[in-house]
Amino acid sequence: MFGWSEIIKPNNPLFDRGSSSLTRLIAVTVVSVLLMTVDHRAQHLESLRSVLSTLVYPLQVAVDLPIQAGNWMAENFSSRQSLVSENASLRENQFLLDTRLEKLADLEAENRRLRNLLDSSAKVGERVLVAELLSVDMDPYSRRIVLNKGSREGVEVGQSLIDSNGVMGQIVHVAPFSSNALLITDPSHAVPVQNHRSGLRSLAVGIGPLNQLELAHLPNNADVRIGDVLVTSGLGGRFPAGYPVGRIVNIERNRGRPFATVTVQPSARLERNREVLLVWPSQPTAESDTMPTHGESAE
Amino acid sequence: MSTTRTGYTAIALSLMVALMLTALPMPQWAALWRPAWVALVLIYWCMAAPGYTGVFMGWVLGLFLDVLAGSLLGQHALALALVAFIAHRFHRQVRVLPIWQQGVSVFGLVFCYQLLILWITGIQGRPVLASAYWSSPLVSMLLWPWVYIVLRDVRRRYRVA
Repeated sequence: MFGWSEIIKPNNPLFDRGSSSLTRLIAVTVVSVLLMTVDHRAQHLESLRSVLSTLVYPLQVAVDLPIQAGNWMAENFSSRQSLVSENASLRENQFLLDTRLEKLADLEAENRRLRNLLDSSAKVGERVLVAELLSVDMDPYSRRIVLNKGSREGVEVGQSLIDSNGVMGQIVHVAPFSSNALLITDPSHAVPVQNHRSGLRSLAVGIGPLNQLELAHLPNNADVRIGDVLVTSGLGGRFPAGYPVGRIVNIERNRGRPFATVTVQPSARLERNREVLLVWPSQPTAESDTMPTHGESAE
Repeated sequence: MSTTRTGYTAIALSLMVALMLTALPMPQWAALWRPAWVALVLIYWCMAAPGYTGVFMGWVLGLFLDVLAGSLLGQHALALALVAFIAHRFHRQVRVLPIWQQGVSVFGLVFCYQLLILWITGIQGRPVLASAYWSSPLVSMLLWPWVYIVLRDVRRRYRVA
Protein backbone atom coordinates (compact mmCIF):
# COMPACT_ATOMS: atom_id res chain seq x y z
CA MET A 1 0.00 0.00 0.00
CA PHE A 2 1.08 3.55 -0.57
CA GLY A 3 1.63 6.27 1.96
CA TRP A 4 -1.32 8.26 3.16
CA SER A 5 0.32 11.60 2.34
CA GLU A 6 0.33 10.66 -1.31
CA ILE A 7 -3.32 9.82 -1.34
CA ILE A 8 -4.93 12.69 0.49
CA LYS A 9 -3.19 15.49 -1.32
CA PRO A 10 -5.63 18.39 -1.10
CA ASN A 11 -5.05 19.65 -4.62
CA ASN A 12 -5.21 16.30 -6.34
CA PRO A 13 -8.41 16.24 -8.41
CA LEU A 14 -8.35 12.43 -8.62
CA PHE A 15 -9.07 12.14 -4.94
CA ASP A 16 -11.68 14.78 -4.43
CA ARG A 17 -14.14 12.21 -3.09
CA GLY A 18 -11.77 11.10 -0.36
CA SER A 19 -12.72 13.47 2.41
CA SER A 20 -16.46 13.09 1.85
CA SER A 21 -16.22 9.31 2.03
CA LEU A 22 -14.22 9.65 5.25
CA THR A 23 -16.98 11.84 6.65
CA ARG A 24 -19.50 9.23 5.61
CA LEU A 25 -17.46 6.48 7.25
CA ILE A 26 -17.37 8.42 10.51
CA ALA A 27 -21.13 9.05 10.26
CA VAL A 28 -22.03 5.42 9.66
CA THR A 29 -19.64 4.32 12.40
CA VAL A 30 -21.43 6.52 14.89
CA VAL A 31 -24.82 5.31 13.68
CA SER A 32 -23.68 1.66 13.81
CA VAL A 33 -22.39 1.97 17.35
CA LEU A 34 -25.66 3.63 18.38
CA LEU A 35 -27.68 0.89 16.65
CA MET A 36 -25.67 -1.88 18.28
CA THR A 37 -25.98 -0.31 21.72
CA VAL A 38 -29.72 0.15 21.40
CA ASP A 39 -30.17 -3.33 19.92
CA HIS A 40 -28.15 -4.90 22.72
CA ARG A 41 -29.79 -3.04 25.59
CA ALA A 42 -33.39 -2.62 24.52
CA GLN A 43 -36.05 -3.91 22.16
CA HIS A 44 -36.79 -0.68 20.28
CA LEU A 45 -35.36 -1.91 16.99
CA GLU A 46 -37.76 -4.82 16.53
CA SER A 47 -39.76 -2.96 13.88
CA LEU A 48 -36.67 -2.06 11.83
CA ARG A 49 -35.44 -5.63 12.07
CA SER A 50 -38.84 -6.92 11.08
CA VAL A 51 -38.90 -4.73 7.95
CA LEU A 52 -35.39 -5.83 6.95
CA SER A 53 -36.26 -9.46 7.66
CA THR A 54 -39.24 -9.23 5.36
CA LEU A 55 -36.97 -7.92 2.59
CA VAL A 56 -34.46 -10.71 3.20
CA TYR A 57 -37.07 -13.47 3.44
CA PRO A 58 -37.27 -14.15 -0.34
CA LEU A 59 -33.51 -14.76 -0.34
CA GLN A 60 -33.84 -17.21 2.51
CA VAL A 61 -36.64 -19.01 0.73
CA ALA A 62 -34.55 -19.15 -2.44
CA VAL A 63 -31.69 -20.74 -0.50
CA ASP A 64 -34.05 -23.20 1.13
CA LEU A 65 -35.84 -24.09 -2.11
CA PRO A 66 -33.35 -26.59 -3.61
CA ILE A 67 -33.23 -28.51 -0.34
CA GLN A 68 -36.98 -28.60 -0.11
CA ALA A 69 -37.18 -29.67 -3.74
CA GLY A 70 -34.74 -32.47 -2.97
CA ASN A 71 -36.92 -33.68 -0.11
CA TRP A 72 -39.99 -33.45 -2.29
CA MET A 73 -38.35 -35.46 -5.06
CA ALA A 74 -37.15 -38.08 -2.61
CA GLU A 75 -40.70 -38.40 -1.31
CA ASN A 76 -42.22 -38.57 -4.77
CA PHE A 77 -39.85 -41.06 -6.26
CA SER A 78 -39.69 -43.40 -3.31
CA SER A 79 -41.00 -46.78 -4.24
CA ARG A 80 -44.50 -47.97 -3.50
CA GLN A 81 -43.06 -50.73 -1.34
CA SER A 82 -41.34 -48.32 1.00
CA LEU A 83 -44.38 -46.07 1.18
CA VAL A 84 -46.60 -49.01 2.10
CA SER A 85 -44.23 -50.15 4.82
CA GLU A 86 -43.87 -46.61 6.12
CA ASN A 87 -47.62 -46.27 6.14
CA ALA A 88 -48.00 -49.47 8.10
CA SER A 89 -45.47 -48.45 10.71
CA LEU A 90 -47.07 -45.01 11.05
CA ARG A 91 -50.47 -46.62 11.49
CA GLU A 92 -49.11 -48.86 14.19
CA ASN A 93 -47.48 -45.89 15.87
CA GLN A 94 -50.68 -43.92 15.71
CA PHE A 95 -52.58 -46.77 17.31
CA LEU A 96 -50.08 -46.94 20.16
CA LEU A 97 -50.18 -43.18 20.67
CA ASP A 98 -53.96 -43.13 20.57
CA THR A 99 -54.26 -45.64 23.36
CA ARG A 100 -51.69 -43.77 25.36
CA LEU A 101 -53.52 -40.51 24.78
CA GLU A 102 -56.78 -41.97 26.02
CA LYS A 103 -55.09 -42.82 29.26
CA LEU A 104 -53.56 -39.36 29.35
CA ALA A 105 -56.93 -37.69 28.84
CA ASP A 106 -58.28 -39.62 31.76
CA LEU A 107 -55.33 -38.62 33.91
CA GLU A 108 -55.62 -35.01 32.85
CA ALA A 109 -59.31 -34.88 33.73
CA GLU A 110 -58.51 -36.41 37.09
CA ASN A 111 -55.69 -33.94 37.59
CA ARG A 112 -58.03 -31.07 36.85
CA ARG A 113 -60.63 -32.37 39.29
CA LEU A 114 -58.04 -32.73 42.01
CA ARG A 115 -56.69 -29.25 41.30
CA ASN A 116 -60.20 -27.88 41.53
CA LEU A 117 -60.62 -29.58 44.86
CA LEU A 118 -57.36 -28.06 46.04
CA ASP A 119 -58.40 -24.67 44.67
CA SER A 120 -55.15 -24.26 42.77
CA SER A 121 -55.10 -22.66 39.33
CA ALA A 122 -55.90 -25.15 36.63
CA LYS A 123 -53.34 -25.80 33.94
CA VAL A 124 -54.89 -25.18 30.59
CA GLY A 125 -53.59 -27.07 27.59
CA GLU A 126 -51.19 -24.95 25.57
CA ARG A 127 -51.92 -23.63 22.09
CA VAL A 128 -49.52 -25.00 19.53
CA LEU A 129 -48.60 -24.40 15.90
CA VAL A 130 -46.43 -26.46 13.59
CA ALA A 131 -43.64 -24.49 11.89
CA GLU A 132 -40.97 -25.53 9.46
CA LEU A 133 -37.30 -24.65 9.59
CA LEU A 134 -35.68 -22.89 6.67
CA SER A 135 -32.35 -24.49 5.86
CA VAL A 136 -30.28 -21.34 6.07
CA ASP A 137 -27.09 -20.79 7.97
CA MET A 138 -26.71 -17.86 10.29
CA ASP A 139 -23.99 -16.44 12.49
CA PRO A 140 -21.59 -19.32 13.25
CA TYR A 141 -20.97 -17.93 16.74
CA SER A 142 -24.53 -18.28 17.88
CA ARG A 143 -27.08 -21.06 17.60
CA ARG A 144 -30.07 -19.66 15.79
CA ILE A 145 -32.62 -20.95 13.31
CA VAL A 146 -35.17 -19.39 10.95
CA LEU A 147 -38.80 -20.55 10.96
CA ASN A 148 -41.34 -20.07 8.20
CA LYS A 149 -44.05 -18.72 10.51
CA GLY A 150 -44.22 -15.12 11.63
CA SER A 151 -46.45 -12.48 13.15
CA ARG A 152 -49.07 -13.19 10.49
CA GLU A 153 -49.66 -16.54 12.18
CA GLY A 154 -49.58 -14.95 15.62
CA VAL A 155 -46.04 -15.89 16.58
CA GLU A 156 -44.70 -13.78 19.44
CA VAL A 157 -41.29 -13.07 20.89
CA GLY A 158 -40.59 -15.34 23.85
CA GLN A 159 -42.61 -18.29 22.67
CA SER A 160 -41.02 -21.65 23.23
CA LEU A 161 -40.11 -24.11 20.55
CA ILE A 162 -40.33 -27.87 21.06
CA ASP A 163 -40.06 -31.02 19.00
CA SER A 164 -41.34 -34.49 19.71
CA ASN A 165 -38.41 -35.20 22.04
CA GLY A 166 -38.03 -32.03 24.04
CA VAL A 167 -37.44 -28.31 24.26
CA MET A 168 -35.52 -26.73 21.41
CA GLY A 169 -35.41 -23.00 22.15
CA GLN A 170 -37.39 -19.80 22.04
CA ILE A 171 -38.40 -17.11 19.55
CA VAL A 172 -36.27 -13.98 19.67
CA HIS A 173 -37.30 -11.98 16.59
CA VAL A 174 -40.54 -11.97 14.66
CA ALA A 175 -41.16 -10.67 11.14
CA PRO A 176 -44.45 -10.90 9.22
CA PHE A 177 -43.52 -14.10 7.37
CA SER A 178 -40.67 -15.55 9.36
CA SER A 179 -39.18 -15.62 12.81
CA ASN A 180 -35.80 -16.29 14.42
CA ALA A 181 -35.35 -18.66 17.28
CA LEU A 182 -32.49 -19.07 19.72
CA LEU A 183 -31.63 -22.70 20.47
CA ILE A 184 -31.11 -23.83 24.05
CA THR A 185 -27.46 -24.59 23.24
CA ASP A 186 -26.67 -20.94 22.43
CA PRO A 187 -24.18 -19.52 24.94
CA SER A 188 -26.57 -16.71 25.81
CA HIS A 189 -29.45 -19.04 26.58
CA ALA A 190 -30.54 -20.65 29.82
CA VAL A 191 -33.54 -22.84 30.66
CA PRO A 192 -34.92 -23.29 34.19
CA VAL A 193 -35.00 -27.06 34.70
CA GLN A 194 -35.95 -29.57 37.33
CA ASN A 195 -34.46 -32.97 37.92
CA HIS A 196 -37.17 -35.53 37.27
CA ARG A 197 -35.83 -37.96 39.84
CA SER A 198 -34.86 -35.72 42.75
CA GLY A 199 -36.89 -32.60 42.04
CA LEU A 200 -33.75 -30.47 42.27
CA ARG A 201 -34.11 -27.20 40.36
CA SER A 202 -31.31 -25.56 38.40
CA LEU A 203 -30.48 -23.70 35.20
CA ALA A 204 -29.38 -25.44 32.01
CA VAL A 205 -27.04 -23.05 30.22
CA GLY A 206 -25.91 -23.36 26.62
CA ILE A 207 -22.17 -23.61 25.99
CA GLY A 208 -21.89 -22.65 22.35
CA PRO A 209 -20.73 -24.74 19.44
CA LEU A 210 -21.03 -28.08 21.20
CA ASN A 211 -24.38 -29.80 21.23
CA GLN A 212 -24.38 -29.76 25.03
CA LEU A 213 -25.73 -27.89 28.02
CA GLU A 214 -24.31 -27.32 31.46
CA LEU A 215 -26.08 -27.04 34.78
CA ALA A 216 -25.08 -23.77 36.40
CA HIS A 217 -24.12 -23.38 40.05
CA LEU A 218 -24.74 -26.90 41.31
CA PRO A 219 -22.78 -27.61 44.51
CA ASN A 220 -20.52 -30.66 44.62
CA ASN A 221 -22.88 -32.54 46.90
CA ALA A 222 -25.99 -31.89 44.77
CA ASP A 223 -28.26 -34.85 44.22
CA VAL A 224 -27.55 -35.54 40.55
CA ARG A 225 -26.64 -38.78 38.82
CA ILE A 226 -25.63 -39.70 35.32
CA GLY A 227 -28.76 -40.57 33.37
CA ASP A 228 -31.08 -38.24 35.26
CA VAL A 229 -33.74 -36.68 33.06
CA LEU A 230 -34.25 -32.93 33.28
CA VAL A 231 -37.59 -31.31 32.51
CA THR A 232 -38.55 -27.66 32.30
CA SER A 233 -39.60 -26.36 35.70
CA GLY A 234 -41.84 -23.63 34.32
CA LEU A 235 -40.20 -21.09 36.61
CA GLY A 236 -39.66 -17.77 34.88
CA GLY A 237 -42.81 -18.23 32.87
CA ARG A 238 -41.07 -18.57 29.52
CA PHE A 239 -41.22 -22.32 29.02
CA PRO A 240 -44.24 -24.45 29.85
CA ALA A 241 -43.50 -26.86 32.69
CA GLY A 242 -42.87 -30.55 32.25
CA TYR A 243 -41.21 -30.79 28.85
CA PRO A 244 -38.00 -32.81 28.68
CA VAL A 245 -34.84 -30.77 28.19
CA GLY A 246 -32.07 -33.34 28.35
CA ARG A 247 -30.28 -36.12 30.14
CA ILE A 248 -27.21 -35.81 32.34
CA VAL A 249 -24.28 -37.48 30.60
CA ASN A 250 -21.32 -36.42 32.70
CA ILE A 251 -20.66 -35.14 36.22
CA GLU A 252 -17.31 -33.78 37.36
CA ARG A 253 -17.11 -33.06 41.04
CA ASN A 254 -13.94 -31.02 41.51
CA ARG A 255 -12.91 -30.78 45.13
CA GLY A 256 -11.12 -27.48 44.67
CA ARG A 257 -14.06 -25.67 43.17
CA PRO A 258 -17.37 -24.69 44.70
CA PHE A 259 -19.50 -26.05 41.87
CA ALA A 260 -19.70 -29.34 40.03
CA THR A 261 -19.53 -29.43 36.23
CA VAL A 262 -22.63 -31.24 35.05
CA THR A 263 -22.97 -31.86 31.32
CA VAL A 264 -26.36 -32.43 29.75
CA GLN A 265 -27.22 -33.90 26.37
CA PRO A 266 -30.28 -32.12 24.94
CA SER A 267 -33.11 -34.51 24.21
CA ALA A 268 -34.53 -32.48 21.30
CA ARG A 269 -32.92 -33.29 17.98
CA LEU A 270 -31.58 -29.80 17.45
CA GLU A 271 -29.60 -30.57 14.29
CA ARG A 272 -31.89 -32.89 12.42
CA ASN A 273 -35.38 -31.50 12.72
CA ARG A 274 -37.33 -29.88 9.96
CA GLU A 275 -40.68 -29.53 11.69
CA VAL A 276 -40.99 -27.91 15.09
CA LEU A 277 -43.85 -27.05 17.39
CA LEU A 278 -44.43 -23.51 18.63
CA VAL A 279 -46.09 -23.38 22.03
CA TRP A 280 -47.93 -20.38 23.38
CA PRO A 281 -47.55 -19.89 27.10
CA SER A 282 -50.66 -21.29 28.76
CA GLN A 283 -53.23 -18.68 29.68
CA PRO A 284 -56.68 -19.54 30.98
CA THR A 285 -58.25 -17.07 28.52
CA ALA A 286 -56.35 -18.21 25.45
CA GLU A 287 -58.61 -18.28 22.42
CA SER A 288 -57.93 -21.42 20.46
CA ASP A 289 -57.97 -20.31 16.85
CA THR A 290 -55.14 -22.64 15.97
CA MET A 291 -54.92 -26.37 16.39
CA PRO A 292 -55.89 -27.18 19.98
CA THR A 293 -53.84 -29.67 21.95
CA HIS A 294 -55.29 -32.71 23.46
CA GLY A 295 -55.77 -30.97 26.79
CA GLU A 296 -58.32 -28.60 25.34
CA SER A 297 -60.18 -31.06 23.21
CA ALA A 298 -60.56 -33.52 26.04
CA GLU A 299 -62.89 -31.37 28.09
CA MET B 1 -29.20 6.78 -18.16
CA SER B 2 -30.06 3.20 -18.96
CA THR B 3 -26.44 2.06 -18.74
CA THR B 4 -26.23 3.33 -15.17
CA ARG B 5 -29.37 1.45 -14.37
CA THR B 6 -28.12 -1.83 -15.83
CA GLY B 7 -24.90 -1.24 -13.91
CA TYR B 8 -26.75 -0.91 -10.61
CA THR B 9 -28.92 -3.92 -11.46
CA ALA B 10 -25.86 -6.07 -12.15
CA ILE B 11 -24.22 -4.95 -8.91
CA ALA B 12 -27.41 -5.51 -6.91
CA LEU B 13 -27.92 -8.98 -8.38
CA SER B 14 -24.33 -10.05 -7.69
CA LEU B 15 -24.66 -8.80 -4.11
CA MET B 16 -27.91 -10.74 -3.72
CA VAL B 17 -26.16 -13.90 -4.88
CA ALA B 18 -23.43 -13.19 -2.33
CA LEU B 19 -26.05 -12.84 0.42
CA MET B 20 -27.59 -16.16 -0.64
CA LEU B 21 -24.20 -17.88 -0.60
CA THR B 22 -23.74 -16.55 2.93
CA ALA B 23 -26.98 -18.20 4.01
CA LEU B 24 -26.35 -21.46 2.15
CA PRO B 25 -26.46 -24.31 4.66
CA MET B 26 -23.10 -25.93 5.34
CA PRO B 27 -22.06 -28.60 7.82
CA GLN B 28 -21.09 -27.39 11.27
CA TRP B 29 -17.35 -27.92 10.81
CA ALA B 30 -17.30 -25.87 7.61
CA ALA B 31 -19.15 -22.90 9.06
CA LEU B 32 -15.98 -21.17 10.20
CA TRP B 33 -14.33 -21.70 6.81
CA ARG B 34 -17.08 -19.98 4.86
CA PRO B 35 -15.56 -17.19 2.76
CA ALA B 36 -16.86 -13.68 3.39
CA TRP B 37 -18.86 -13.69 0.16
CA VAL B 38 -20.50 -10.32 0.60
CA ALA B 39 -17.23 -8.63 1.51
CA LEU B 40 -15.53 -10.21 -1.54
CA VAL B 41 -18.16 -8.99 -3.97
CA LEU B 42 -18.24 -5.57 -2.33
CA ILE B 43 -14.44 -5.30 -2.59
CA TYR B 44 -14.62 -6.18 -6.27
CA TRP B 45 -17.20 -3.53 -7.08
CA CYS B 46 -15.46 -0.90 -4.97
CA MET B 47 -12.31 -1.63 -6.92
CA ALA B 48 -13.73 -2.02 -10.43
CA ALA B 49 -16.65 0.39 -10.36
CA PRO B 50 -15.89 2.98 -7.68
CA GLY B 51 -18.39 5.39 -9.17
CA TYR B 52 -21.25 3.07 -8.26
CA THR B 53 -20.24 2.01 -4.80
CA GLY B 54 -19.28 3.60 -1.56
CA VAL B 55 -19.33 3.51 2.21
CA PHE B 56 -23.06 3.92 2.42
CA MET B 57 -23.76 0.98 0.10
CA GLY B 58 -21.52 -1.21 2.25
CA TRP B 59 -23.33 -0.08 5.35
CA VAL B 60 -26.83 -0.84 4.03
CA LEU B 61 -25.61 -4.18 2.73
CA GLY B 62 -24.24 -4.90 6.18
CA LEU B 63 -27.62 -4.21 7.75
CA PHE B 64 -29.15 -6.89 5.51
CA LEU B 65 -26.35 -9.25 6.46
CA ASP B 66 -27.03 -8.54 10.13
CA VAL B 67 -30.66 -9.53 9.75
CA LEU B 68 -29.69 -12.59 7.72
CA ALA B 69 -27.16 -13.68 10.33
CA GLY B 70 -29.34 -12.72 13.27
CA SER B 71 -26.46 -10.75 14.76
CA LEU B 72 -26.54 -7.39 16.49
CA LEU B 73 -27.97 -4.75 14.16
CA GLY B 74 -25.01 -2.67 12.96
CA GLN B 75 -22.31 -5.27 13.51
CA HIS B 76 -21.77 -6.37 9.92
CA ALA B 77 -22.87 -2.91 8.76
CA LEU B 78 -19.94 -1.26 10.50
CA ALA B 79 -17.48 -3.88 9.27
CA LEU B 80 -18.65 -3.68 5.65
CA ALA B 81 -18.65 0.12 5.70
CA LEU B 82 -15.01 -0.02 6.77
CA VAL B 83 -14.21 -2.56 4.04
CA ALA B 84 -15.93 -0.39 1.44
CA PHE B 85 -14.04 2.67 2.67
CA ILE B 86 -10.60 1.04 2.49
CA ALA B 87 -11.29 -0.70 -0.83
CA HIS B 88 -12.55 2.57 -2.25
CA ARG B 89 -9.53 4.51 -1.01
CA PHE B 90 -6.99 2.12 -2.47
CA HIS B 91 -8.82 0.98 -5.58
CA ARG B 92 -6.30 2.64 -7.93
CA GLN B 93 -3.35 0.92 -6.31
CA VAL B 94 -4.95 -2.53 -5.98
CA ARG B 95 -6.58 -2.55 -9.43
CA VAL B 96 -3.24 -2.67 -11.24
CA LEU B 97 -1.73 -5.46 -9.16
CA PRO B 98 -1.54 -9.05 -10.45
CA ILE B 99 -4.38 -11.22 -9.21
CA TRP B 100 -2.42 -13.07 -6.54
CA GLN B 101 -1.23 -9.80 -5.04
CA GLN B 102 -4.80 -8.55 -5.10
CA GLY B 103 -5.61 -11.74 -3.21
CA VAL B 104 -3.14 -10.74 -0.51
CA SER B 105 -4.75 -7.35 -0.10
CA VAL B 106 -8.15 -9.06 -0.04
CA PHE B 107 -6.79 -11.20 2.79
CA GLY B 108 -5.89 -8.02 4.66
CA LEU B 109 -9.28 -6.46 4.08
CA VAL B 110 -11.27 -9.54 5.04
CA PHE B 111 -9.04 -9.94 8.08
CA CYS B 112 -9.94 -6.40 9.21
CA TYR B 113 -13.60 -7.22 8.56
CA GLN B 114 -13.42 -10.45 10.52
CA LEU B 115 -11.46 -8.83 13.33
CA LEU B 116 -14.11 -6.14 13.76
CA ILE B 117 -16.95 -8.68 13.74
CA LEU B 118 -15.24 -11.02 16.19
CA TRP B 119 -14.35 -8.08 18.38
CA ILE B 120 -17.99 -7.03 18.60
CA THR B 121 -19.01 -10.67 19.14
CA GLY B 122 -16.48 -10.85 21.97
CA ILE B 123 -17.79 -7.65 23.57
CA GLN B 124 -21.20 -9.29 23.77
CA GLY B 125 -19.61 -12.08 25.80
CA ARG B 126 -19.93 -14.83 23.23
CA PRO B 127 -17.13 -17.37 22.92
CA VAL B 128 -15.01 -17.03 19.76
CA LEU B 129 -12.69 -19.72 18.44
CA ALA B 130 -9.13 -18.59 17.78
CA SER B 131 -9.05 -20.19 14.33
CA ALA B 132 -12.01 -18.05 13.26
CA TYR B 133 -9.68 -15.05 12.95
CA TRP B 134 -7.79 -16.39 9.98
CA SER B 135 -9.87 -19.25 8.52
CA SER B 136 -12.41 -17.12 6.67
CA PRO B 137 -9.85 -14.54 5.37
CA LEU B 138 -7.65 -17.40 4.14
CA VAL B 139 -10.46 -19.07 2.18
CA SER B 140 -11.54 -15.67 0.86
CA MET B 141 -8.02 -15.03 -0.40
CA LEU B 142 -7.86 -18.41 -2.14
CA LEU B 143 -11.25 -17.83 -3.78
CA TRP B 144 -10.49 -14.30 -4.88
CA PRO B 145 -9.21 -15.17 -8.41
CA TRP B 146 -12.45 -16.98 -9.26
CA VAL B 147 -14.64 -14.26 -7.81
CA TYR B 148 -12.58 -11.74 -9.75
CA ILE B 149 -12.91 -13.57 -13.07
CA VAL B 150 -16.65 -14.20 -12.73
CA LEU B 151 -17.40 -10.63 -11.72
CA ARG B 152 -15.13 -9.23 -14.42
CA ASP B 153 -17.22 -11.09 -16.99
CA VAL B 154 -20.38 -9.72 -15.42
CA ARG B 155 -18.92 -6.22 -15.51
CA ARG B 156 -17.93 -6.48 -19.18
CA ARG B 157 -21.22 -8.03 -20.18
CA TYR B 158 -23.31 -5.29 -18.58
CA ARG B 159 -20.72 -2.56 -19.21
CA VAL B 160 -20.53 -1.45 -15.62
CA ALA B 161 -18.20 1.57 -15.28
